[in-house]
Amino acid sequence: MMSLAAANKKRPKYLNLTALLFEIRLPLAGWVSILHRISGALMFVATLWLLFMLDRSLASAREFEFVRHYLGLVPVKLALLVLIWAYCHHFCAGIRFLLLETQRGWDKPTARLTSIIVLVAGLALTALFGAKLW
Amino acid sequence: MVSRIVVGAHYGWRDWLAQRVTAVIMAAYTVILAAVLLLGAPINYGVWRDLFAQGWMRVATLLFAVSVAWHMWIGVRDILMDYVKPVALRLALQVFVILTVAGYLGWTVQILWR
Repeated sequence: MMSLAAANKKRPKYLNLTALLFEIRLPLAGWVSILHRISGALMFVATLWLLFMLDRSLASAREFEFVRHYLGLVPVKLALLVLIWAYCHHFCAGIRFLLLETQRGWDKPTARLTSIIVLVAGLALTALFGAKLW
Repeated sequence: MVSRIVVGAHYGWRDWLAQRVTAVIMAAYTVILAAVLLLGAPINYGVWRDLFAQGWMRVATLLFAVSVAWHMWIGVRDILMDYVKPVALRLALQVFVILTVAGYLGWTVQILWR
């Protein structure tokens, strides 16, 4: 009876914007996870834009040059760089999740290490492809 | 198992597995495309058009696009299930996502076989 009453008691919830932003600190694996989600949502929206560019680039030589010129604009470059990061991070984090789901890398030091590897690899691949594009 | 709701997941592991299988397909395509682009001739219109004119590239890109569409639907649905609680709003957004993903896929087919 006591435990049931305790379970039904309304507990205070310490979850507000300030707490979320400044006080609750995510572990590295949490960052990998939430960035996986954010990058995925971003790519869902951005596919419209990417398909537009693929469409134009394959339409004709003139349109291809238009896309090339368009991709040279700084805001466009920055937006594309963000999407390249989203793809690379999503890719690396996804591989980590596949390994975790097949019961690899469960102990804390390994999980922490693979989190760092994913975060760094995402940025490193972004730098590589970013440098290749410009 | 008593609280099944119409806009939930389908309570099996098929979607979960489909998301993993499509992920592997996309990863393979990504590695192949990255190799072709990084190791091949510098991209100009001719190289770009010829790449997408080849049958294997069109089929591979179609398989990639189908994988993206399927993976995307499951992923965005999971996000909606976590953050959007009212059933009517969630259903409306899910329909919107399905239409968007189907539209992306149709557009891709149109681009590949114009």
